[in-house]
Amino acid sequence: MLVQQYLPIAILVLFAIIMALIVVFTSVIFGPHRPTKKKLAPYESGMTPIGPAVRRLPVRFYLVAVLFILFDVEIIFLLPYAVVIRQLGLYGLIATGVFVVILTVGLLYEWKKGGLDWE
Amino acid sequence: MDSLFALIPLIIVFPFSGVVIGVFFGRRLMPHKDSIGPGLVASILAGASFVIAVLMFIALQGHPEGVEVPLATWMNITAGDRVLDIPWTFKIDTLSSVMMLVVAGVGTLIHIYAIGYMQGDIDEQIAKRGFEGDEAFDFKRRRYSKFFTFFNLFLGSMLVLVTANNYLMMFVGWELVGLCSYLLIGFWFDDPVKGVYNSESGKKAFIVNRIGDFGMLIAIMLIFWTFGTVQFDDVFARAECMQAESQEACLTVSAGEAVHEEAEGEHGEAARPYLTPVALGKIGTVTLGVVVTIITLCLLLGATGKSAQIPLFVWLPDAMAGPTPVSALIHAATMVTAGIYMITRSNVLYAMAPISGTAVAIVGAATALVAGTIAVAQFDIKRVLAYSTISQLGFMIAAVGLGGYVAGIFHLATHAFFKALLFLSAGSVIHGMEHGHHHAAHHGHGGDDPDFDPQDMRYMGGLKDKMPITTWVYIIGSLALAGIPPLAGFWSKDEILLDASLNNQLVYVLLSISAFFTAFYMGRQVFMVFFGRARTEAADHAVESKPMMTTPLIILAALSVLGGLLNLPGLHSLAHWLEHSVAHAHTAEFNISIAAISTLLGLIAIGLSWLLYGRKPVEAGQADPLRSTGPVFTFLNRKWYWDELYDTVFIKPYVWLGEFLAVTIDWKFWHDFVHDRIIGDAFRGWGAILSQPIDQGVVDGAVNGIAQLVDGSSQELRKTQTGYVRNYALAVALGVVLVLGFLAFRFLM
Amino acid sequence: MNLPTLESINLLAVLPVLIVFGWTLVLLVIDLFIPSGRKYWTAWLGILGLLGAAVALAVRFIDARGAAVTAFDGMLTVDGFSLFLQAIFILTAVIGILLALDFLPRHKIERGEYYILLLFTTGGMMIMSMAADLIVVFLALELLSIPLYILTGFARPRADSEEAAMKYFLLGAFASGFLVFGIALTYGGTGTTSLVGVFNQLAEGEPSRDLALVGMALILVGFGFKVAAVPFHMWTPDVYQGAPTPVTAFMSVGAKAGGFAALMRILIVAMPAVGEAWGMLVAILAMLTMILGNVVAIAQRNIKRMLAYSSIAHAGYILVAVSAAQRPEDAPLAVSAAIFYLLTYAFTNLGAFGVVLAVEREDGSGNLLEDFAGLGRSKPVLAAIMTLFMLSLTGMPVSAGLVGKFFVFQAAINASVGNPWILAAAIVGIVTSVISAFYYIRIILIMYMQEGEPQVVLKPALTVALALTALATLILGIIPAPVFQLAKDALLTLVG
Repeated sequence: MLVQQYLPIAILVLFAIIMALIVVFTSVIFGPHRPTKKKLAPYESGMTPIGPAVRRLPVRFYLVAVLFILFDVEIIFLLPYAVVIRQLGLYGLIATGVFVVILTVGLLYEWKKGGLDWE
Repeated sequence: MDSLFALIPLIIVFPFSGVVIGVFFGRRLMPHKDSIGPGLVASILAGASFVIAVLMFIALQGHPEGVEVPLATWMNITAGDRVLDIPWTFKIDTLSSVMMLVVAGVGTLIHIYAIGYMQGDIDEQIAKRGFEGDEAFDFKRRRYSKFFTFFNLFLGSMLVLVTANNYLMMFVGWELVGLCSYLLIGFWFDDPVKGVYNSESGKKAFIVNRIGDFGMLIAIMLIFWTFGTVQFDDVFARAECMQAESQEACLTVSAGEAVHEEAEGEHGEAARPYLTPVALGKIGTVTLGVVVTIITLCLLLGATGKSAQIPLFVWLPDAMAGPTPVSALIHAATMVTAGIYMITRSNVLYAMAPISGTAVAIVGAATALVAGTIAVAQFDIKRVLAYSTISQLGFMIAAVGLGGYVAGIFHLATHAFFKALLFLSAGSVIHGMEHGHHHAAHHGHGGDDPDFDPQDMRYMGGLKDKMPITTWVYIIGSLALAGIPPLAGFWSKDEILLDASLNNQLVYVLLSISAFFTAFYMGRQVFMVFFGRARTEAADHAVESKPMMTTPLIILAALSVLGGLLNLPGLHSLAHWLEHSVAHAHTAEFNISIAAISTLLGLIAIGLSWLLYGRKPVEAGQADPLRSTGPVFTFLNRKWYWDELYDTVFIKPYVWLGEFLAVTIDWKFWHDFVHDRIIGDAFRGWGAILSQPIDQGVVDGAVNGIAQLVDGSSQELRKTQTGYVRNYALAVALGVVLVLGFLAFRFLM
Repeated sequence: MNLPTLESINLLAVLPVLIVFGWTLVLLVIDLFIPSGRKYWTAWLGILGLLGAAVALAVRFIDARGAAVTAFDGMLTVDGFSLFLQAIFILTAVIGILLALDFLPRHKIERGEYYILLLFTTGGMMIMSMAADLIVVFLALELLSIPLYILTGFARPRADSEEAAMKYFLLGAFASGFLVFGIALTYGGTGTTSLVGVFNQLAEGEPSRDLALVGMALILVGFGFKVAAVPFHMWTPDVYQGAPTPVTAFMSVGAKAGGFAALMRILIVAMPAVGEAWGMLVAILAMLTMILGNVVAIAQRNIKRMLAYSSIAHAGYILVAVSAAQRPEDAPLAVSAAIFYLLTYAFTNLGAFGVVLAVEREDGSGNLLEDFAGLGRSKPVLAAIMTLFMLSLTGMPVSAGLVGKFFVFQAAINASVGNPWILAAAIVGIVTSVISAFYYIRIILIMYMQEGEPQVVLKPALTVALALTALATLILGIIPAPVFQLAKDALLTLVG
């Protein structure tokens, strides 16, 4: 019963794939293809490239980003808890306490390892 | 008194502790080249053993029936319905006491003698090898302590043998003394000149003794299967019990509660006693008489090995390769008498097997005669004594074979005295000769004869002026051996002859002739060695040995003179002493005519030897007067060609058989013919058929194909491992498609 | 609202895993104050925690007497099966720490995080073996995997280690995606993530079945990746080779066992209704895995790579046992054979990697087969132990490997009545065992027949680990009965 319900979607997906393939391969088959060096070079606003396309970024940014997400998630958990704190009672308190303790250990680790120092 | 018996383990502890000391501290006991530490320690421990033996003797005065002192349980094994229970228990009775006294007493004297003798002997070896300084000192230290370690080991082992209360423990001692004998015969296995001969001699002794040990082992096993025990007293009690009752009924009998019905056994129902059926394990059932006869004959085989009797006597003359104290202690006084002790111990069994008894007597008498005649034609001073020993052992064996256990043990004891004396004196002579040889060599008067042998009597002569003490004790020993009254040998030998004359005329005649030869070869030896003129420079410069060596000689000489007191006719002190432990001991009364005949024979023989060797002494280079007998002398000199006989009868066929089996049967027939020709060729033939069309075509193709397929696909498949994550992910995706596709086709559609 | 109670949470039943996690958190803090160069303190403290967990486990085992209970409101099932597997995980972790004790300082990568990550992943495995809900399965899988990704790259700055970590992470995430998709489909099909619920729904019948079937297939893909089954195995050789050797050793045993734990629980407990389908699939995967693993192993010149393919092959043997469990009546024997095989494989493979560790050099070289040449002469005992492990991996007597294989094939043949696929898998298994002898025995030949000067560093901790594993391999090979009895009693149960 359930699978039958998905049938239209499956047909749609199939149709989309076929269409995409047709578009790509029609141009490959029928389009002219005369490459030159200039044509193959990376396009950089009409100027000659001045460095590799992939740049290196300081990893610190990622670190900060990861930390932000971590504590952001903590807040996301804590906010709904604050709403239902009375209904959950002692159980909720302990469970949340464990959660916070675990995160605190992580913070402690982070701190001690120097993850919070910029330099 | 009882508390004295508790000391018995010490008799073994002392010598064995000497072994331990010798092994671990032997070298440290010898701080400098002339110190005698190891010898002294060994001698003291031997003396301590002797003290224990004396204490046992004293203790036995109050308990002549003897005691058994348990020490430890050796093994306790259930074999079928029998329990093999073998304790290490000391048996102290009048018989073992005599043996202890002789072994420990003579042993101590020879230990003391060896202290001095080995110093000289090792110095001689050092000179031969040209060692000097530290090397010489180290060599001496090593060998000196080693010698006394072995010597103590021997003494302890011999005491294990004589104090055992069962056959298996006795066998342990029996093997241990054999080992010591082997070690000590080959003591100079590394002698630059005679090393090979020495070690070969040790090997010969060991191997020949193996044959005897084989007999011993068979006997012990049969004893166990027949009587269910190997403890002397129980065996004998059950043996006597079985003469009247069934085997079943007797298997639980033990000593003390024995049923004494031997009188009936001997006289009453004449045929009955030995017909008791005896079950031998799963082998079958035979009558008691047969099994006991087999046991006793096997024991006899053991005795012929250890006590050097026909046919296994050939090892003893070669055993003289060992240092002289070894010859004296092991190969004259103690170890070789183990066979006599063992037969005496088993007297109850021999009493039940008259055939065996006669066999023992004949073997002994024949050995006595053969060895006696060989001794006449030997030139080596120790070899003469060796054959004399064999001959005298023959006397003892003959005596115990005839039931004259007292006479046998009596002769064993006196022989231990005077033969030890003779060997030690011979050692003293050899020592003196070597000394003289060195002296002559040093002063450059012709002492450099390359063939010089300090043991060859032809190089001696006239030693009586140079070595007076040795000469006198040697003469005493010789007269004792020759059986001239009132010396020890006369009394003991007379008793044997007396027993023989009463029981077996043939044996009596053989022994009398042997006694004649005994006196003759001893006379010949004394005249050749000590009288006349020196035949070499070495003999001319020989010197008397040190007091350390001569003191034991004098003590032994005294014992050789007085040894007869042990069992003087009329007193029979030894007989009364032994009757507590030897059930079948008996003595005959002194017979003047027998004594007179033997004395007369001895005197005639000595006179004859004087005529040949004393009246006109043999000069240097002159042939032995007996050479005139031509082939007879050669025959005797070559020992009746006994070694050659064994070589022809046993060794050559054995080697031939071995070669036949190895070359013809195994190699030519089995390998060349059966393997190569029949199996191999047939196989090759089949192989050719199978390999060409079938194997190479089908099987090989398949196997190689599979191997190539595996290897090839392995190589191909590893190419898929490109290292690119994208390819891997693609593979996973492909896997998903496959899984889902399979599922879709198989289950969803 | 139905709040959980102390009883429904049942902390006592899951005490071992609580000890592991709790202690690891404490250790994470302690480690911060342990000076570098003394990080072995962390290691020993970690072992201490594991021993504590082992004690709790033993108490639990004795206490439970085979009875199964749930914890955390039916999210976890504590039964004989999970207890047995937890024992394997704890053992593996202890040996994994012992293997690393000397390795890390020798390779100058001694950091306390190693032990902490190891303990975390162990905890993940333990939860995996108890998971009674698909969500918990996923959680446990991530808890197991993420520390392993990091551990794989632990030999930073060695490039091959980082590369391996990256590959593992990417592909692992990819595979996790399939797993989650499978879980979602199953939920879509049955309306529940609880294994009990799934079982009930499937038992009821048709409408939900097809979706759940597809979900099952994708879950199988996810775990197929984790246990390195063909064709989801491609990461294995690269990662095994690149990862620090102790990690490889630990991963080859622990991660595999963890994957099998959840796979078996899901398939056998929750999905017996579609047993025919997954049984057949698993049998096919098993055959592919055994053939590819054993055949490609022959071409390897690097011992870690060879052992990687060997571990792929062994996953195939265990899959044979899993496939033999498709019918509920055959399941108990097959499951016990599988977990017993896991145990023997754990000891043997950890031991083999231990020997590899001893021969490996500081710069990460010394992993070629040739580096073992001459070991028989220079280190006879080590060579003998390696021989034992190789024989065990081949399945020769007298070793644990033989017994393990024997039980697996016995279970397979037992279950193959009326099911040719299992029979085929068993036959392929036996044939490939023979093929596998080729590359295992080659190691022995190289050790004893070729001349060489292997550089061996054998420190006490490694010696202890080797002795432990060798002894266990030997004992399991000689007297397997008591342990196999334990495995037989370790029932997989459906509680809820």
